[in-house]
Amino acid sequence: MANPGIRKHKADDRAKYQKLASSIVPRPPLARNTAVAFVVGGLTCMVGQAVMNAFIASGMTADEAVGPTLAVMILIGVVLTGLSIYHHIGEFAGAGAAVPITGFANTMAAAAMDFKREGYVLGMGAKMFIIAGPVLVYGILAGVTVALIKWLSRG
Amino acid sequence: MGGERLDYVIAFLVGGAICAIGQVLLDLAKIPPAHMLVLFVVVGAVLSGFGVYDRLVEFAGAGALVPVSGFGHSISRGSLLEARRLGVIGLFTGAFELTGLGVATAVFFSALIALVANPKA
Amino acid sequence: MANRRIGKSTMRFATPPVIVSAGTVAGPMEGRGPMAQWFDEVVPDDMFGERTAEKAERRFMGDAVRIVLKQAAVQPGQVDYFIAGDLLNQIVTASFVAEDLGMPFIGVYGACSTSVQSLTLASALVDAGFANLALAATSSHYQTAERQFRYPIELNIQRKSTSQYTATGAGAVLVGQSGGKVRVTEATLGRVIDMGVKDPNQMGPAMAPAAADTIFNHLADTGRDPGFYDVIITGDLGSVGSEILLELMQRRGVPLGGNHADGGVMLFDGVRGTGVGGSGCACSALIMEGFVWKRMCSGEIRRALIVATGALLSTLTWQQGESVPCIANAVALQV
Repeated sequence: MANPGIRKHKADDRAKYQKLASSIVPRPPLARNTAVAFVVGGLTCMVGQAVMNAFIASGMTADEAVGPTLAVMILIGVVLTGLSIYHHIGEFAGAGAAVPITGFANTMAAAAMDFKREGYVLGMGAKMFIIAGPVLVYGILAGVTVALIKWLSRG
Repeated sequence: MGGERLDYVIAFLVGGAICAIGQVLLDLAKIPPAHMLVLFVVVGAVLSGFGVYDRLVEFAGAGALVPVSGFGHSISRGSLLEARRLGVIGLFTGAFELTGLGVATAVFFSALIALVANPKA
Repeated sequence: MANRRIGKSTMRFATPPVIVSAGTVAGPMEGRGPMAQWFDEVVPDDMFGERTAEKAERRFMGDAVRIVLKQAAVQPGQVDYFIAGDLLNQIVTASFVAEDLGMPFIGVYGACSTSVQSLTLASALVDAGFANLALAATSSHYQTAERQFRYPIELNIQRKSTSQYTATGAGAVLVGQSGGKVRVTEATLGRVIDMGVKDPNQMGPAMAPAAADTIFNHLADTGRDPGFYDVIITGDLGSVGSEILLELMQRRGVPLGGNHADGGVMLFDGVRGTGVGGSGCACSALIMEGFVWKRMCSGEIRRALIVATGALLSTLTWQQGESVPCIANAVALQV
């Protein structure tokens, strides 16, 4: 069994190594990445705005148009994933592709396409939400909790 | 005409800014992508509770709704609206009131695309 | 009985086994790199026309084995042991290919160090007289590795500055008592080294200490300088990992000179979208059994030290917050 002396010695060695490694590991190009995420994310939202305006022009109220707009954005995300384009956008734009709802759709379509190889029930069916799942779980946890607090405090 | 163009500019700026914040979290704070998305959806829900996100949506339209924080806001808003209408049960039925369309759409079309498309490296 | 162990951790083979033949099969990405000319086969479709990438990976390994047997004019039944491994859970690629071949099978797991690990075992069995012919093989596949260790292929994920690209391909090598120019003279198996790197996108930094440890031990055991070898080739440290290795060796007082090269860097040099270099079992295998072996056969390289490095994590250990333990295995080839 390793005695405390060896463990501390190991911890020291590791700390020294981390220092060496981080001096050599290149930093991510933060400025470039942030700028690209900004532009691509912004453009995606602009497309969403166009869709929303189109629905409003067809007679819906702004409120009514929200759901259908997001549904269309989701559809766009799914199709771009199916065409094997979205993962290139993701590689290029990082958060600019991950944060919009199109990215949410991409996680589900990508998982569905990939895991169908393990069958449609245990593969695709079980794993479709493998990356989007946490968003739903914590979205509901937070959303319901916040609503509960607000409802109890003001009614 | 002018008003609509401003619409687009604001949606671009706000949506872009939200994504930029996400990128900083990924690169600087080194948060894994899934964690970053969870953070955004939770923040959206919380800001919704403070009434902040409602105003952001009014101001930026799709720029606030399209990012996944907007999803958190929609869950929170739907939950609150239905709670006011139905009581406790409404808290839970309301969660998917505004977001159900998105989730069902995503499931349906993801399955459909999986039927016809294969992953390509 | 001659003592075949030298120093702390090195085997010296009394009658150095011979590499009778070697075969490499690579995917399209690898075909775009500068090493493509050294591969026996470059496949245009990494799915090999199969329904799943896992099936395709077996085709890669199977083909590499068939090339080796054909080159050596040896029947499967003449091979005494098939020693193989891959990255997939329960090393299914190797096991399923073994079923196809019908040879006695030793499944091994060394992550990306499997090529040298399997070659070492094959050589030891031949040198000790337990086998006339032993076949070592390994494979990896970009899609199977991504699916198992990381994300679905079509997911929008942005590579980090230290990300590497899993090589698609397989390498096989037939070891025997005679019938070839290139001999396996010594082998140094490594210890598992974990210096606390937790980020699975930093495989190079995680593995560099293990590589340094094994290279240092090998040189100390054999009493050699790095300059003894024409080339010292690490499996897949990538450009960042290589830089760290050079610094580590410098600090240990055994600086590696211009004869160090990294398989991951060599494989995808100039190929866009491959991060800081290749990774995966196939990386070191393609370089060792393609580039190095052929150049040794032609006499351009006379002494080579191949140091394959592996990261021994699983998806679970990473999710549970563990750091990445690594290993490096080295083999000395001489004509």
